[in-house]
Amino acid sequence: MAVTVSIPTILRTHTGGQKTVEASGSTLAEVIDNLESTHGGIKGRLVKEGTLHRFVNIYVNDEDVRFSGGLEAAVSDGDNVTILPAVAGG
Amino acid sequence: MVAHARRDHPDEACGILAGPEDDDRPERVIEMLNAARSPTFYEFDSTEWNAVFLDMGRRDEKPVVIYHSHTATEPYPSRTDIAWADGYAKLEPSPHYILIGTSDPEEHVLRSYRISEGEVTEEPVEVVAEYEPSAQSLPE
Repeated sequence: MAVTVSIPTILRTHTGGQKTVEASGSTLAEVIDNLESTHGGIKGRLVKEGTLHRFVNIYVNDEDVRFSGGLEAAVSDGDNVTILPAVAGG
Repeated sequence: MVAHARRDHPDEACGILAGPEDDDRPERVIEMLNAARSPTFYEFDSTEWNAVFLDMGRRDEKPVVIYHSHTATEPYPSRTDIAWADGYAKLEPSPHYILIGTSDPEEHVLRSYRISEGEVTEEPVEVVAEYEPSAQSLPE
């Protein structure tokens, strides 16, 4: 499955400045691993000990993956993956 | 921002001041839902945040300020605020962080900060009735 991933500003150093990159996989985990193989350094900013970092929100077609399986969320051909920082505090 | 904080008191209020992406001037308030609805914690609803972020992108805007209120404690960034701000900075450039204290029903306190790598720096805030015309808006 080929998907388009929007890269957050700070991580564009890993993509040569590109704002979007193509990646493949049938789950979000596979997409992230694929991204890591082509643009090393990204995975560590998103995943910690096998789960999505709590400071990171990832969306597939504007749906937060935390509602659809997290890293195991399914992705389909042509999907858009967006990465945003979570915003919270106390 | 202050009206929003007063309205949501005693829960923490939170939101964004959007401004042009190539400037540092807040121009537009975007009140956000506090998905935690708590007097001691705030969290942007992730779906709303995505929609707002996309919309700001279409308007060539960025979040210049992220604001929230402290309803009982001092309007100074807590350890929690600092931790989440540092997480934010790993993906997107840090906004200014405005805190509004609403513990006193008569008088609010509003302060602005930069948070970077665990360090908090307060910055001065000047409230004006309207902005001077910016360089960008003057005719050629």
